[in-house]
This record gives sequence, C-alpha cells and structure tokens, in this order.
Amino acid sequence: MRHRVCLTVNGKAEEFDVEPRLLLCHLLRAYVGLTGTNIGCDTSQCGSCTVLMDGKAVKSCTVLAVQADGCEVTTIEGLAGADGLHPIQQSFWDNHGLQCGFCTPGMIMTAVEILDRSPGATDADVRHGLEGNICRCTGYENIVKSIVAAGARGN
Amino acid sequence: MGRYVGTSVKRVEDPRFIQGKGRYVANIQFPDMVHVAIKRSPEAHARITRIDTSAAAAMDGVVAVFTGQDFKDGGCGSLPCGWLVPDTKVPDRPIVVTDRVCHVGDSVAVVAARTPYIAADAVEAIEVDYEPLPTVVDARGAMDEGAPLVHAEIDDNVSYHWALGDQEACEKAFAEADEVVEVELVNQRLIPTAMEPRAAAAQWDAASEEMTVWTTSQNPHPIRLLLSAFTLGIPESKLRVISPDVGGGFGSKIFHYPEEVIVPWVAREIGRPARWVATRTESQMTDSQGRDHVTVARLAMTSDGTFTGLDVETWANQGAYLSTFAPLIPTALYITLLSGNYKMPGVFGKVHGTLTNTVPVDAYRGAGRPEAAYLVERLVDLAATRLGRDPLELRRHNAIPKDDFPYQTPVAFLYDSGDYDRLMATAADNADYAGMRAAQAEARAEGELRGVGVVCCIEASGPAPSAVAGSLGSAVGFWESGEVRVHPTGQVSVFTGSHAHGQGHETTLAQVVADELGVPIESVEVVHGDTGRVNFGMGTYGSRSACVGGSALVRSAEKVRAKVLEIGAHLLEAAEEDVVYDRETGRVHVKGSPESGKDFGELAFAAYTAHNLPEGMEPGLNFVSFYDPANFTFPASSHICEVEVCPDTWEVRILRYVAVDDVGKVINPMIVEGQIQGGIVQGVGQALTEIGSYSDDGQLLSGSLLEYAVPRADLLPGIEVDRIETPSPHNPLGVKGAGEMGTIAATPAVANAVLDALAPLGVTHIELPLTPERIWRAVQAAGNGA
Repeated sequence: MRHRVCLTVNGKAEEFDVEPRLLLCHLLRAYVGLTGTNIGCDTSQCGSCTVLMDGKAVKSCTVLAVQADGCEVTTIEGLAGADGLHPIQQSFWDNHGLQCGFCTPGMIMTAVEILDRSPGATDADVRHGLEGNICRCTGYENIVKSIVAAGARGN
Repeated sequence: MGRYVGTSVKRVEDPRFIQGKGRYVANIQFPDMVHVAIKRSPEAHARITRIDTSAAAAMDGVVAVFTGQDFKDGGCGSLPCGWLVPDTKVPDRPIVVTDRVCHVGDSVAVVAARTPYIAADAVEAIEVDYEPLPTVVDARGAMDEGAPLVHAEIDDNVSYHWALGDQEACEKAFAEADEVVEVELVNQRLIPTAMEPRAAAAQWDAASEEMTVWTTSQNPHPIRLLLSAFTLGIPESKLRVISPDVGGGFGSKIFHYPEEVIVPWVAREIGRPARWVATRTESQMTDSQGRDHVTVARLAMTSDGTFTGLDVETWANQGAYLSTFAPLIPTALYITLLSGNYKMPGVFGKVHGTLTNTVPVDAYRGAGRPEAAYLVERLVDLAATRLGRDPLELRRHNAIPKDDFPYQTPVAFLYDSGDYDRLMATAADNADYAGMRAAQAEARAEGELRGVGVVCCIEASGPAPSAVAGSLGSAVGFWESGEVRVHPTGQVSVFTGSHAHGQGHETTLAQVVADELGVPIESVEVVHGDTGRVNFGMGTYGSRSACVGGSALVRSAEKVRAKVLEIGAHLLEAAEEDVVYDRETGRVHVKGSPESGKDFGELAFAAYTAHNLPEGMEPGLNFVSFYDPANFTFPASSHICEVEVCPDTWEVRILRYVAVDDVGKVINPMIVEGQIQGGIVQGVGQALTEIGSYSDDGQLLSGSLLEYAVPRADLLPGIEVDRIETPSPHNPLGVKGAGEMGTIAATPAVANAVLDALAPLGVTHIELPLTPERIWRAVQAAGNGA
C-alpha cells in the first residue's frame, strides 16, 4: 500500500507516493535528493538528521514521511538565503564549529531552534539544548561557542 | 616566517559542510544502483548448519543473494593482517564466512536489491541455522586452561607474545626498591563511533575492466593495495579507490573491511553500481574497536620518590580475527610508551595478544599510547599517596630534564625534544593549582568530595621511519608522498597521500605550501583521498599528516623553488648566486633590486612555454617527494582536572579542565586547539561514560547509541587550552602530532581526579568508566557508604 505525501521542502512543493514505513530522512535523501541531512544512527540518539518541520527541530529519522504530509520542511540546504549564509552557518565557519562536518547540518538546525526559543542563550543553555545531538570530533567546545556567538549577534 | 603558518586561517573546507554539501560515500548515487545489505551473525560463536536464501532471492526487487561460498568461488581472498610480530598466529578471516561465525556481526550472506528497504527485508528472509559453540570474551580468560578455542588451529587462543625493555635493570630496581606500588587494572574496550557510519560504493566498467570504489577510509592507497593484492584481485592499474569526505575516523576507518570487498565484487558480478551504508548497529558490531587490556603492573622507587623500575604484564584482547594493524597497537605503540615522561632505568613490559569471540580490536584514537598513559599515571598517583607526596611535585621530581633530550628510554624510543617541567609548571599556573588544592581542603572540611587530577603524558606520533616499522613487524612503509604541481598560470595543486576526515588538511597543507612558495593561499588547492589523482600515500592516523605528509610537501616545494630560482636567474641574465627567491612574494629578483624581479606566475609560465629555459632544463614545474621520517615525534601534555563527586547520586561533575600541550610548532592554532579539545572529550568519555561490553556468551551489550554512552555537550563545563612549543628537531616544519594528545591525557586526568575525590572514603581503585554505579559499589566495598 502506498500513500500520497504532499509537503513543502525548502519552499518548494513536492509530491510523492511512498510506503507508509518510509522515514522522512530517507524521503529527503532518496526522493527529494537532498543529501545534506545525514543519518548517523538508528535509535534517534545522534541528531545528525535534524530538520525543521513547521519551524520545529525534529529528528527526521523519527518522523514517517506520511507524518510530514502537509508540512513545511526546511533542511540544511534551505537555510542560506539569497544573500548568503545563514548567520548560524557563518558563525560555525567563523568559530571552527565543525571538523568532519557530518553532525554539522543537524547541529545547525538544532541551533536554529535553540536560538529561536532563547535568542540570548548562554553557554550552559546551549549545552543543555544540544542534548539530542552528538558530535565526536569537536568536544562541543566550538559548537557551543558558534551558537552562543550567533545568538549574541542577534542570530 | 611566512604569512600563513602559525595563524588561524579559517577552514577552506567548511562552506560545503555548513551548507549540507559534504561529499560523503552515502551520498553517492547512480542510476540503476543496487543497495547491498548484509546478513550478520547474531551468535558469537557457532557452526552454520544451513543457509536458505531462496525466500530472499524470490522477493520482488531483490537482484541477487550471495553466500560466503559464492565469494570464495568468485575469487575473493581472505583479509590479511598488515603487522606481524614474531611468531604471530593469524586466524583466517574470510570476507563472508562459509561454515563458522566467530563474533556477533560476522558476515554470513549478502543481498543486493533495488532499494535499501527491500534489501533489509531480504536479509530478514534469509534463514540460517546455527549450532552454538562455547565462547570466550575476556582477554586474560582466553588463556585459561580449558578456555573455549576461538579457532581450533590456535590451541591456546594466543596470537602472539611480545616483550620489550631492560629486564635485568627492572629486576634490579625491584630488588633494591625502598617502595613498590602495584596495580591491576582494566583498560576497557571502546567503540570508536565516528558519526558517519562506514559505507562503500562501487562502479564497474565492463568495457575497460576498470573498477572504482568509494570507501569511508582514512587511507585509500593501502586499501587499493590490499584489494588488489589480497582480497579482490583487480590490478592496481585498473582499480581506483576514492575516500571523499569522510565523517570522522579516529582509527576505525584505517582498516581493510569485508564490505570494501563485498560491494565491488557484487557490482562486477551483477554489472550494476552498488552501495552499502552501515546502520549504526552494524557499525557497533563490525567497526574495529579499541583498547581492551587487562594489566598487572608495579612501580619501584627509592624513598626519596625517584622512580627506578616499572614491570608490566598485559593481556590484550585482539577479538575474533586480527584486524589490519591489530598486533601493532599493544606492542610497539604501547610497551614503548611505558617510560612515560620520566627517567626510569628499569622498564620492562610483556604482552599477550589473545583471541576472543568479540569484534576485532585495533587502533582507536591514541592506540596503545592511552593504555600506557593511563597505567603509568595511575601508578604515579598511587606512588604519591604511598609516599605522602603531592602528585604534581612527584611528577616534576621524576620528569626527564629538558637538557637530557634527545632522550633514550629503556623501551626503544628516542624522545626528540620536550620540556616537561615547564609543561607542568604552565599547567599549574593556568589552573592555579595551589588554589585548587586549598579549595579542595576547604571542601573536604565541609564533607564534600572534591578531587584534583594531574597528569603528565607522552605520545609517539608521526609514524614512522619505514625501516623501524619493518623491523617491528610492519608489512608496509610509513613514508608519505607529496606532490606540488604548479600550473602555467602560477596556480598550485597540492596532492597529498594524507587523508583528512575532519582534520582540516585542505587548509593547513595549503598554509604550508603557500608559505613555502610565497603565493597567496587562495591559489593553492589541496587534493587528497583519490588514488586516481594522488600518486601514492599511506594515509592519516597516528597524528602523522603534518609531521610526515606536511614534510613531504615541504620537500617538493623546495624543489619547485630551486627550479623557479634557476629559471629566474636565467631570465634575469644573472648568476644564480646573485638572485634571491623572496618567500614573502614568490618573486625572484637580483639581490638588492627587488623591483627588477619576475613574478612566480611569470616564471611558472616560462617553465611551461619552455621558450627560454636554462641549457638542458626540462620544461614543466611539478615535483613529487616521498618523505620517510627520521624518527617519531614526541608530543607531551600536562592536564589538570578538578571534579566533584555527588555523595547522593555518585555522579561526577567536572568543575574545571585545564590542558597544556606541547605539539611542537603549530601550523594553525585554531585547528590544533580544536583537535585537542575534541581529543580531551573522547578521553573524558573513556573515563566517565563509555564501555564496549559483552556478555559471557559474546553478545555485544553496547550495540547502539542507546547503550554506548558517548559524551554529550553538557559533560564538561568547558576546556581551557594552552600550549608550549618545543619544536621537533628532525622534520622541516618542527611539528609534532596534535590529534591524539588530548585523548591520551584526559582519561588519567579525570580518573586521578575522581579517585582523589574519593580518597577520604578509602577508595583506591575503580575500573573505568567511572559511572555512578561503579563509584557507589566501590564506596560500599570500602565500607564507607554514606
């Protein structure tokens, strides 16, 4: 049995026939062709696949594609505007907030929500806010610094 | 001094990653590509009595199903081991097993299907009957009389015995010692957990008989060599191996894995591109794991606290098979580091490499060196307690003085340079060590459990002089290649055999070459990770890329400069000795008249037009160098950690973490600090949260990120990083490795701090990780459970 899913991805309307078990992360990667959303685990622990669904950060490995029907999804590819990098992307670059880059899209998408909720987030706020995202390279130091700096600059 | 080396140039690789345009293997997509999935053993040790693939093969969307026999009949060779110490017994490691599984996760059958979901369904539909066999999982228990045999042909489960050091001096030290402290400890198994799960993809061109393999490897050239010579049998000239962006490695992506053979074999067999991407669960049960030592050791000293001898016996768990470099880690990268940063005449260590029904164990960040550091630094703290001495002061008393370098240890290494006393003094200053101790005394008076941990650690990085590696058991050399190709316009392409998987080589190596040539960094591109573009290379591990890979590029850049100078002199109609190559600008000019010179671009163009070159000079401007290091480099560190243990929950809270590292000259301080911070958190993970554990029947109990606890962002409050520089005297950049020092030092720093905090409760030892449960049990056992 297949289901019709209509959703908006990075501002573009998309329509697919999918199996009910298809995960949103796989829809984005294999059907929409947006491979910026990385998959780092299979138990919703690592947060690499975080995207925004109707403005909220979700782990796209924990959402069925059919649950995204009618939703607006923003992935890392849709974050930069016409005038260049999103301030959080820029802040990750400026503050060496990434090494291998694999967790980075998920970190940045989570950071969008952290600063959305708490624009002046402190170091401790950010560390708490990143509880669902794992980075194995940076020790989080410069990720935290990047997010705090982006918040301090008014995002 | 150039413009770039020593400065925090922002990373040129970042724009693609922050925009979701990383080129990872899992992103590689071809029309008509099949998805490979692997049936894995749920048994740790069993005979396979039946495999029925018919239901899987009949499923809609399944393209093919293969068993171990197909791979054997199809010409796949077994995975070799690339490091053999004398008399190593090497169990056969087939690509896909045929009749017997030896660990949970062993490959049993292979499916190729139209989608990953269908492939996963088909794997479930394969029926396998197992006849369970007895298992052994413990490093030391594997040698017990009557222990189950992992491989019948290895009748004591011992792959090798190895020893190094001055046994006579060691025995004398203990015979004459005033004090001896002893410890028995476990260095627990760790699962590397790079965030990108392993993956492989392959495309076969039947017309040209050329195979391209994409793999998540830290070293594509050695993988091509092994595929060609041992496992896949396609000549190197017809085989291209590409490691594009790789999402972290930490050692686990050095090794040659079965899937790198399975995927190209399947692609050729069915004539379609193929791709396999590990789930995290598969990574946990198939990526080579780290550490897993059981050690008994004792330290001898005089009554004034001077260390005189160290005697170590270690049982090193190698898992079910020997992974690519497995025997290297507990031998030449472990016993050799047992002298630590201290003057000790009588160091002797022996190790037994044992086989068990567990995932193979190989290099993981630090690889042997963290095991040595944790052991030595725990013993030093026990010595301080025994002697009633401050642990920092005792370390400074025994540290190798800076004037003793180069320093020959009793365990083979010749330390190149260092200043351990200054390192510790800097750490003590930065931490306000005296203030920390005073605060601890106050906290203790209030009944709080506050502890301070101090370490001074050594590392051997930048492996290795090839002849030395060969004499120690390596099947390969550990030089590196570096090519500097100047294009006619003066743009520069740099080809390195090193491979970046987070380290930022596209930036740092461009800094090095831009400074060597005096050209803008924007005109230098760094190419790596592709056997079709880079002539050869040994890859990245052991913190070798700057020391060895960077040095190879310096050598090639020197050759470029020499040729450019010669062309410049010729065009300026001056004698070579009358012109200079200005490394600030890349211009060649007559001495004293910089305005009369020629630009780098003009000279590069002249090299290619070849209209007017010096007599006999070949056209072109392209040099390759193969740099074989004269020695390892020896980074060092002193870290101080302050912790509090909650007497209700027994949780450890890190209050401060102060790190001072000496990694020699630094190319990019921002990147080096990032390496050290990241390394520290991995080391803290070993101390507090991580353990790869098995049940007695060989089930992996930490098979997902639900059970295997890698550090999260709130584990530390922040890290204070500083450094001193004692340049390595034997490489042209003066650099030492920066990738592993943090990990090596952090585990004992945190462990020492926690045990210092618990000292008033009579606790002297707890096996890692120091979880609340383990701490609570230790406190109860000491009879002081509050």
